[in-house]
Amino acid sequence: MILLDIYSFSTLTSSIDKSLNDAMAPWMATLTEFVLLGLVFLIFYALLGLFLVYLERKVCAVIQNRIGPNRVGKWGMFQTIADLIKLLMKELITIKNADKFLFNLAPFVVIIASFMAMAALPFAKGLQAIDLNIGIFYVIAVSSLGVVGILIAGWSSNSKYSLIGAMRSGAQIISYELSVGLALLAIVIFSGSMQLSTIVESQADGWWIFKGHIPAVFAFVLYLITATAEINRGPFDLAEAESELTAGFHTEYSGIKFAFFFLAEYMNMFIVAAIAATLFLGGWMPLHIGGWEGFNQIMDYIPSIIWFFGKTFVIIYIIMWFKWTFPRLRIDQLLNLEWKYLLPLNLINTVIISFVVLMGLYFK
Amino acid sequence: MSEEAVKKIILKEDEDYIVNMGPQHPSTHGVLRMEVCLNGETVKYMIPHIGYIHRGMEKMAESNTYKQIIHLTDRMDYLSAHINNEAVCLAVENALGVEVPERVQYIRAILDELTRIASHHLWWSAFGMDLGALTTFFYGMRDREKILAIFEESFGSRLLHSFNTPGGLMHDVHPDFRKHTLEFVKYFRKKLPDYKNLLTDNVIFHNRTIGIGVMDKEMAVNYGVTGPSGRGSGFSCDIRKTAPYGIYDKVEFNEILYSEGDSFARYKVRMDEMEESLNILEQLVENMPEEGGFTAKMKPVVKLPEGEYFQRVEAARGEFAVFIVSKGEKYPYRIKFRSPNFSNLFVLSQLAIGGIIADLVAITGSLDLVIPDIDR
Amino acid sequence: MNSVVRYINDIYKGVVSLWTGMRVTGKYFISPGEIVTEQYPENLATLKMEDRFKGEVIMPHDENNQHQCTGCGICEMNCPNGSIEIITKRVPNENGKMVRAIDKHIYHLAMCTFCELCIKTCPSNAITWGQDFEHAVFDRTRLTKVLNKPGSSLKKKEVKS
Repeated sequence: MILLDIYSFSTLTSSIDKSLNDAMAPWMATLTEFVLLGLVFLIFYALLGLFLVYLERKVCAVIQNRIGPNRVGKWGMFQTIADLIKLLMKELITIKNADKFLFNLAPFVVIIASFMAMAALPFAKGLQAIDLNIGIFYVIAVSSLGVVGILIAGWSSNSKYSLIGAMRSGAQIISYELSVGLALLAIVIFSGSMQLSTIVESQADGWWIFKGHIPAVFAFVLYLITATAEINRGPFDLAEAESELTAGFHTEYSGIKFAFFFLAEYMNMFIVAAIAATLFLGGWMPLHIGGWEGFNQIMDYIPSIIWFFGKTFVIIYIIMWFKWTFPRLRIDQLLNLEWKYLLPLNLINTVIISFVVLMGLYFK
Repeated sequence: MSEEAVKKIILKEDEDYIVNMGPQHPSTHGVLRMEVCLNGETVKYMIPHIGYIHRGMEKMAESNTYKQIIHLTDRMDYLSAHINNEAVCLAVENALGVEVPERVQYIRAILDELTRIASHHLWWSAFGMDLGALTTFFYGMRDREKILAIFEESFGSRLLHSFNTPGGLMHDVHPDFRKHTLEFVKYFRKKLPDYKNLLTDNVIFHNRTIGIGVMDKEMAVNYGVTGPSGRGSGFSCDIRKTAPYGIYDKVEFNEILYSEGDSFARYKVRMDEMEESLNILEQLVENMPEEGGFTAKMKPVVKLPEGEYFQRVEAARGEFAVFIVSKGEKYPYRIKFRSPNFSNLFVLSQLAIGGIIADLVAITGSLDLVIPDIDR
Repeated sequence: MNSVVRYINDIYKGVVSLWTGMRVTGKYFISPGEIVTEQYPENLATLKMEDRFKGEVIMPHDENNQHQCTGCGICEMNCPNGSIEIITKRVPNENGKMVRAIDKHIYHLAMCTFCELCIKTCPSNAITWGQDFEHAVFDRTRLTKVLNKPGSSLKKKEVKS
């Protein structure tokens, strides 16, 4: 019997587990669960990627005072699918003196890194694939693997443009990882644990961005800026700027391999936004204001999965807003910004937060 | 060009790391090939190659009558098409001693200023887009559509009109011309603060343009850089002030000068010029006479007396001049166009040295080059 | 101490300028305003160009299939790049004398630069601007048009008394 309770997905997962274990041997049940999870994640990844590309085009169109895609499908819904079919039908060009094994490996490394990071996110109450006790540490560590993919892509293309683009991108991502880690450390200090489910549950009476007042808001803003730089987007996209050196590290890729890079960029945006929503904005916890019982009851009616996706999409919209408003930073200004401005501010913020937590100067 | 660059053209060494920003490139404003020699990320020297869109306009003009030359000048610097036409018309009219009615002079000046604003709009849109702020393209183009609608109503075409003719205009403007121009002035004044907030005050934009591509006044005078690029370095070269033509001596306006000479100064000159043009438009539309016709009496076949004639006007990008040598026939013996972009281009190879490629894109954008004007 | 003050001042001014920029674009998301792009193939029924729009050169014929072109050739002389070719023939008029009439008025749309010299210099006002702008063809010879329709004749001018 498979039960579905929209307010707590643990009934669904435990009923599937029970029915599988009844039907076959335990080791085979576990294997089937692995395969099932993998399939669900693959489909979710692909569909969400398609939807995010479409959403970006529509948001960009509204900001620029025009209508986005509106020919393919009712509101242009199938535009991304048409693009995907076009990319699949393109010829896979092999370069003469390129290192073939590394050239073909690079897109896979990038996609696998973002897949692994997505596995640890808490999507709703009871819907989390892996709940490690070092949750947030695992996510940051695994998303660093994407850099390796980019550097491999740039080197193995055997082209001047790709090499310059990959070197810039590598330098940028490695520098900004420090600030991302420190900004997330702020919430780890507040909640006292790195496990993602504990962090979400500790926000049951209020989100950390409200409970942690000024230092938490500061950490949130710093996280948004550095996370945009991490995913090579927005005002920090010098590595793939079209008007400067063609397309950077993925110049020589065509067809499905280019689609992998493209998709991985959008999914990285989703993961970064999801982490911000989980740590700062309460994950799947509804908005509760202490003392207003009627309000809290209404907020509880909305299922937790809708809270999670709603918060994530608000942050995705903010990240898109950054991209379409500002001009690009030069590579030396980018690194300047990180090492001279963001990192010292982050360190000061961390010291203040430790002081605040030790003295108990926040809303418990 | 720098001495090093000249030496390299003569004897090219093999260990230079040369990157070609080739004729097809998303950010060069036309077909221009720039050969950039890099040392890591810094530019050692840059050689521009032109001639990809040479059409032989000066030679074609030798077999066309004076009325037929007008449609050729349109297509050189197509963004200030009307002002280019006016140069040839004024040269022919001064040579023949024809007096055009005052109404025609007012209409020509109004169209000049509208063309100038439209050209600066397109420059702003493309400059923002080169630097990465992709929304500026759409905002600038949307506002430019209002000017193009005024043009389409009176002439029938949006960009290349060939409306001027020696002696006056081809036909009269639409009756609603003054009303629509005033409406546009009011509309655009409300939009200018948006432009300022989006790009001019932005700290990222300041970091990309302040101190980049510094051209001092001596370099501007030596290379002959006129127009807003020269006025950003303190070189006072506005033809509307130094050698007024048409109705410009009766209009009050300021000449915009900044002395820093970097890309940000050139940017500010053009933004301020847009506002000055709005002031000029208001004065002109208010004082435009209703009576006067649209052309002076001219013979059907225009023959210039023997001699040499010269006329310079202030195009949107600098000083555009026309030099006609006539042997008394209906075709010119030789006609020479002095195009502003030709002089503005070659200072680029001097300014690019020492910066990185991202700076090269910013400097090219701030110099506002239109490549068909260079090749003619 | 001075450098610390300058540092904090830089950060503050930078953030304020970025926020004003974001407000400009954010405004469009809250109140989208008027969409200026036209939905082209769908709005063909209501699309109206301006009266003076330069689509192509046409020779208007009235309801008796009559035009006003006498075949003088002034438009061919004035065209800067030879986009007009006039072919004339000799026909007898009502008195029996042989006069010149227009046989074919060939117009090369592919070469025309839309300078309107032919229209302005025509002494009989025979040609004018048309409003059709959809000229894309697969075969270039279809862009060479004959402006006077087959079987048409010259409209006689009324003699003013």
